[in-house]
Amino acid sequence: MNEQSSKLHGVMAEFETPEQLIEAAEKTRAAGFAKLDAYAPYPVEGLAEALGLKRTWVPQLTLLGGILGGCGGFGLQYFVSVISYPLNIGGRPLNSWPAFIPVTFETTVLGAAIFAVFGMLALNKLPQPYHPVFNVARFAARASSDRFFLCIEADGEKFDGAGARKFLEGLKPASVAEVLDE
Amino acid sequence: MSATNDTPNLRRVAPVVAPGHTFGTVTEKISSIVLSRPAGAGWFFGISVAFAFVMILGMSAAYLIMKGTGVWGLNVPVAWGFAIVNFVWWIGIGHAGTLISAILLLLNQKWRTSINRFAEAMTLFAVACAGMFPLLHTGRPWYAAYFMMPYPNTMGIWPQFRSPLIWDVFAVSTYFTVSLLFWFVGLLPDLATLRDRATSKPKQMIYGLLAMGWRGSARHWHRYQMAYLLLAGLATPLVVSVHTVVSFDFAVAVVPGWHTTIFPPYFVAGAIYSGFAMVLTLAIPLRKFYGLEDFITMRHLENMAKVMLATGLIVAYGYAMEFFMASYSGNKYDTFLAWNRMHGPYAAFYWALILCNIVIPQLLWLHRARTNVVLLFVMSLVINVGMWLERFVIVVMSLHRDFMPSAWGNYRPTIWDVGLFTGTLGFFVMLIFLFVRVLPAISIAEMRELVAHTSEEQK
Repeated sequence: MNEQSSKLHGVMAEFETPEQLIEAAEKTRAAGFAKLDAYAPYPVEGLAEALGLKRTWVPQLTLLGGILGGCGGFGLQYFVSVISYPLNIGGRPLNSWPAFIPVTFETTVLGAAIFAVFGMLALNKLPQPYHPVFNVARFAARASSDRFFLCIEADGEKFDGAGARKFLEGLKPASVAEVLDE
Repeated sequence: MSATNDTPNLRRVAPVVAPGHTFGTVTEKISSIVLSRPAGAGWFFGISVAFAFVMILGMSAAYLIMKGTGVWGLNVPVAWGFAIVNFVWWIGIGHAGTLISAILLLLNQKWRTSINRFAEAMTLFAVACAGMFPLLHTGRPWYAAYFMMPYPNTMGIWPQFRSPLIWDVFAVSTYFTVSLLFWFVGLLPDLATLRDRATSKPKQMIYGLLAMGWRGSARHWHRYQMAYLLLAGLATPLVVSVHTVVSFDFAVAVVPGWHTTIFPPYFVAGAIYSGFAMVLTLAIPLRKFYGLEDFITMRHLENMAKVMLATGLIVAYGYAMEFFMASYSGNKYDTFLAWNRMHGPYAAFYWALILCNIVIPQLLWLHRARTNVVLLFVMSLVINVGMWLERFVIVVMSLHRDFMPSAWGNYRPTIWDVGLFTGTLGFFVMLIFLFVRVLPAISIAEMRELVAHTSEEQK
């Protein structure tokens, strides 16, 4: 690794179409580059498979949120109606669970939705105010509108900046740039 | 499904996005409305008028809080008047936003893409307007906290969890929160686009903060798509539950005209009906003034008209069943209610409701009516009025003559009722005006996806 004043984060290639990006990602992975990431202005179908991404933990987190929300909602109503302030109205049961279902349903959905969104953000490590890819001028200008980028990251095993650059240039990209971490 | 259809005997279907668009052009066209297009005199005029009504809202609310709910036209037996009518109306309008963004996503309807963003914004703003009414109806909103929200207080009391009114608090607040999360997650990539394309420092900073460093990484998209899909799956039963719970506010009571099991489905259909009418009311001027005919095409308008026709027929079935049950049950209070609707002191409202909600929308059977933009706009306004009248008929006409003739009475709204209602209309319009200027009214990321799909199909 380069230990200069600005560290090398990786080498990045720019592509014009999503098909080129998927093809490039497959080839790069097949060539044995361990750590790479792709960037697209919209969710490109097949890109996750091309990069070999495994399934995410978002569904499990959502389920957990739903269970917590549901138990919390029902528990709250049980606590209020049976423990904290029991009201004996003609001997009717204190734990009148059918009447508690609507609120339990709502808190289940609420818990699941909050866990889905904040879980997704946390797994993505967002908010993240700084990331080295934005140092590449073409990336900052076009990655969120109409261009597709593939980055071989420097912290992968046996990374060699010149070799990675040469390999990416062989994929006929629109441009290749070094990503510097300042 | 291709953009052009060569079979002569099949009617040509308008495309969901006009041909010739690329990733760059959709990005440029939608983001430029926010970033570079000057506001224009029309925008300033519109928001000024809306803001004048917001002032009326503030004044009506202040006077109400100063004097109490006696300033409204409420009196026994009609203890629920305009406030509840407006609450149900606004909540119902919100439902189309969630239907478009969640249910049509799950059903893989591509045409939802260019209308979901502002339909979701409409949902949030409509629910914000709706939420004001129950709060103000308490007369002392700062006391409302302890009988709405379960927090340990020095009085040692709790909300009544066996009451539909508390279910409503949970349903509406959950609905607002989940809609907001759904909207924000959808906005995230677009905020990143605005951050990257903004030229002034303050805009870059504000959009940058909101975008939270989104960089379009494939790993992020992978989790993002899963979260978005799960949110859609969660929002779908939620939206059905919200208006169901709202209908419980009525159906659980014993008042004739309220105590019926058809209320939940009939309320949900009515909500979607009025919501689609409101989406059309907003979409037609929006596409005209901002030149978005390429993205909100005739296909969208026609599909929305079809949804209105279908839900309108479910609503008509609901009305018919109410009458059938009134006569078939032999219950004299229900029979009288039906008679009172057609011949009582508020009969004009009832017949106007039938005209607006059932008779006029039958024009939508005609292809020519569905593709006539001006007629659709007028029709959407008519349906909005009709759905407001429906809630008036349900709330006021059921209460004013219930069981004992000696307890009957009439209801007449005061200027403060009208001020509060028109005030929320102004508030809603003002928020919509601000929204189209500061956030992309159409989801840019999803439009790129749509462009990618349509260009693949044409190959």
